[in-house]
Amino acid sequence: MANEIEKNLHLKNICKSFGDVRAVDNISLTVPAGSFFTLLGPSGCGKTTLLRIIAGLELQDSGQVILGSEDISSLPATKRHINTVFQSYALFPHLSIFENVAFGLRARKFAENDIKKRVTPRLEMLGIESMCNRLPHQLSGGQKQRVALARALVNEPDVLLLDEPMSALDAKLRAQVQVELRSLQQKLGQTFILVTHDQEEALVVSDTIAVIRNGVIEQAGTPEEVYDHPTSKFVAEFLGAANLIEGEFVENRFHSTLGSFQLSTTPTWRSGTVAFRPEWTRIHESDPGGNSFRAKIREIIYRGTDFDIWFEPGPIRVRSNTYKHFKVGDQVWLDIAPTDLVVLDA
Amino acid sequence: MKRSGVVISCLALMTMAFLYLPLLAVAFFSVNATKYGLVWKGFTLDWYVKLFSNEVILGAAVNTLELAVISTVISTVLGTILAIGIDRFPWSKRSATSLDMILHLPVVIPDIILAAALVVAFGMLRLVSSWFEPGMLNMVIGHVTFQIAFVALVVRSRLDAVGKDIEEAARDLFASNTYLLRHVTLPLILPGIVAGAMLAFTLSLDDFVISFFTAGTDSVTLPIYIYAAVRRVVTPEIHALSTLVLLATVLLVIGTERVSRRFQQR
Amino acid sequence: MHNIIIWYGELTSVRSLLKRGLLFLSPGIAWLLVFLVLPGLVLVAVSFASRGSYGELIWSFSFENYSRLAGFGMFGWTADYLTIVWRSIVVAFFTSLISVLLSYPLCFFIAARPERTRFLWLTMLIIPFWTNMVIRSYSWFLILAPELPFAQVAARLGIIPEGSPLYPSVLAVYLGMVSLYLPFVALPLYSSIEKLDWSLVEAAQDLYASRSRIFLHAILPQTLPGLSVGIILTFVPAMGMFVVPDLLGGAKYMLIGNLIQQQFSTSRDWPFGAAISMGLMVLTMGSLYFYRKKSRGGTIL
Repeated sequence: MANEIEKNLHLKNICKSFGDVRAVDNISLTVPAGSFFTLLGPSGCGKTTLLRIIAGLELQDSGQVILGSEDISSLPATKRHINTVFQSYALFPHLSIFENVAFGLRARKFAENDIKKRVTPRLEMLGIESMCNRLPHQLSGGQKQRVALARALVNEPDVLLLDEPMSALDAKLRAQVQVELRSLQQKLGQTFILVTHDQEEALVVSDTIAVIRNGVIEQAGTPEEVYDHPTSKFVAEFLGAANLIEGEFVENRFHSTLGSFQLSTTPTWRSGTVAFRPEWTRIHESDPGGNSFRAKIREIIYRGTDFDIWFEPGPIRVRSNTYKHFKVGDQVWLDIAPTDLVVLDA
Repeated sequence: MKRSGVVISCLALMTMAFLYLPLLAVAFFSVNATKYGLVWKGFTLDWYVKLFSNEVILGAAVNTLELAVISTVISTVLGTILAIGIDRFPWSKRSATSLDMILHLPVVIPDIILAAALVVAFGMLRLVSSWFEPGMLNMVIGHVTFQIAFVALVVRSRLDAVGKDIEEAARDLFASNTYLLRHVTLPLILPGIVAGAMLAFTLSLDDFVISFFTAGTDSVTLPIYIYAAVRRVVTPEIHALSTLVLLATVLLVIGTERVSRRFQQR
Repeated sequence: MHNIIIWYGELTSVRSLLKRGLLFLSPGIAWLLVFLVLPGLVLVAVSFASRGSYGELIWSFSFENYSRLAGFGMFGWTADYLTIVWRSIVVAFFTSLISVLLSYPLCFFIAARPERTRFLWLTMLIIPFWTNMVIRSYSWFLILAPELPFAQVAARLGIIPEGSPLYPSVLAVYLGMVSLYLPFVALPLYSSIEKLDWSLVEAAQDLYASRSRIFLHAILPQTLPGLSVGIILTFVPAMGMFVVPDLLGGAKYMLIGNLIQQQFSTSRDWPFGAAISMGLMVLTMGSLYFYRKKSRGGTIL
């Protein structure tokens, strides 16, 4: 089902302000055709505005939206082969599920039997064919979301936009739907652009994540790149948890109040920040040598599968599944491999 | 927590009695078997039977309904279009304020002022055309004038409630202007339109002042008939007629309630 | 700023959008201009004209009707008309006040009913709201009739002669007015009371506040929006009422409404009727302005 002509989506220097607030500040990016692209950021960062600009529901102040080789910046939403799954789902409450899904086809005057031929497989694919005669208010949140998805997908859009589609679902269902959404996208080979504030969701589903803050892309890359090699404090702390230490760089060593550490790179600048993940840190009862430093346990928090242990000085957080016989007040050694110390951009 | 003490309950029940005692008295004496005085002389339905052979009353009933139906249809159409015009276009703050004012004008001014203005205006128009002799046309115009505002206000609040999301979704799914209006906006605000129409209908049935000022001799409505009658002499026949009007009101209120409840479930 | 906008998902220019908007507005607005605003202006104009000897209009600009309303007549100054105006304000005020006082217990009572019966009680309140005012006014004829206990007690006390009804009288006017307008206060008030945040009331109770303090500080502020709508819906039309005083008040207890009605029927003095209407309009706008200032409440509906 992949598009015959590969239609990459390019955004060039998109700007959008609401009054004095710069919602989108000169964003440029490329979404490769057939990829699952995620715009991740806290609420109010401009990600939804960017999505609405792509959909044609919001007008950019400047910049271009290019789909394949066509500049669609000045096309209305009705002329863009882009469909949206809205956060509220925005199902038509007066139309049956079948008619909701058929809406985009009817609006374009498709023939009756053609509509049936296109709608039914979508309903089946999403497992909602049994409720095609019901009205939206008779459906659960998860079912509504599937209808919204089917309603957009039935039009075979070049790009499918998803605006926080899982925010109305409970945590358990959300985890399941994330996996389904990912496999659905891979099966269809269509371009999906997801907007979310949930970093876990972004990591699960995406080919590429763009972390957005204050209308600017902070960092973009594969989930591994963004998680393992955050380039800024914001990204390090927004995706997962991170310990940040300030200090001085001397060639490939890093000197801080906690101690001196070996790095795997050689920064060209003098002072800065180094980040490391709580789950990458190992705890030793005796000095293991290398990149280790002494710390005292301040608090131990049980989290089910593992523990969060807070240390001072710091506070430094370590996530460990080996509780052993540590208790609050114990003096231990914390050890981080040089490759796990991420030097943040100056 | 929510509770009402004995004092509050007593006051409330007395207030309810105060509201209903006169109305119940009308119903009670409408089945009293004597033409004069308020002494109970036994049960009868004669007065109701007589009503249906009184051509003046039947004519008034027909006039009342005719006036209500025609004015409701006109005001519902005009009010709905007006509400869409006000709510769905980017008017400047100033235009929006003046639109709001003109919309609230018929709601807040005492009906007797509107009635007086219409009498004078129709008086002027009569110099041009005999169409504006007191009568049904004048009454319809008068009723539509205050109904429009109520319909528009009800429909507008429904438009607000529907919000932007669904119409954007329709655009996202390739709906043109007319397709959007026909297949999304209008069906979605239908509950508001129905509620507005029922309000307009009830207002028309309920109105006395505007009708009284604009009616001609051949366009007497039930309220006008009752008013004229009770100023002369109060008869059990009038009680019977009033009781029927009262029952019609009860049915209309319950009906409206039902309809609005059913729509609210969606 | 930008001429092109996206409005409800439609990419268009502001100009063409407003042109289309005007198309939607024009039928309704045209109707209101022709049959509401224009007649209003004609009424203003007529209020400055004068009446010919056969009731016809004479277009000579003068303030004669207004000075007549203020009491300056052929035979010197009289307070007759001003008394009627003042009486209308007083009646409207006390009608609103009594309705408010009766509405609070009624609304609390209904709000405290269990869900199922609450709906029934509310319907009981809506029915009189929609019952024709002529019927609701004349129904007091029956309650106040000489055959019934109320009039008989009054006669026994020597207030009225034996065998006569309790109407027309000031009491009858107030009974009619309050019963007519009480639902207009109670319904909006109820919608406020339904939304009342009872935790504030409880907090006040925990602090051992007296009943009057609880009402004043925890309940009244929260119900103010509904209350002010109710008062407007009562005070303004009550000033212009003519059915109730006509049926229950008799010739001696006229209000502005009766005065206006008289000019358009028996007296056939349109210019004077128009001038009185203007007076009523000023009172209406004045009280609306007063309430808008006092309570930053929402719109009427």
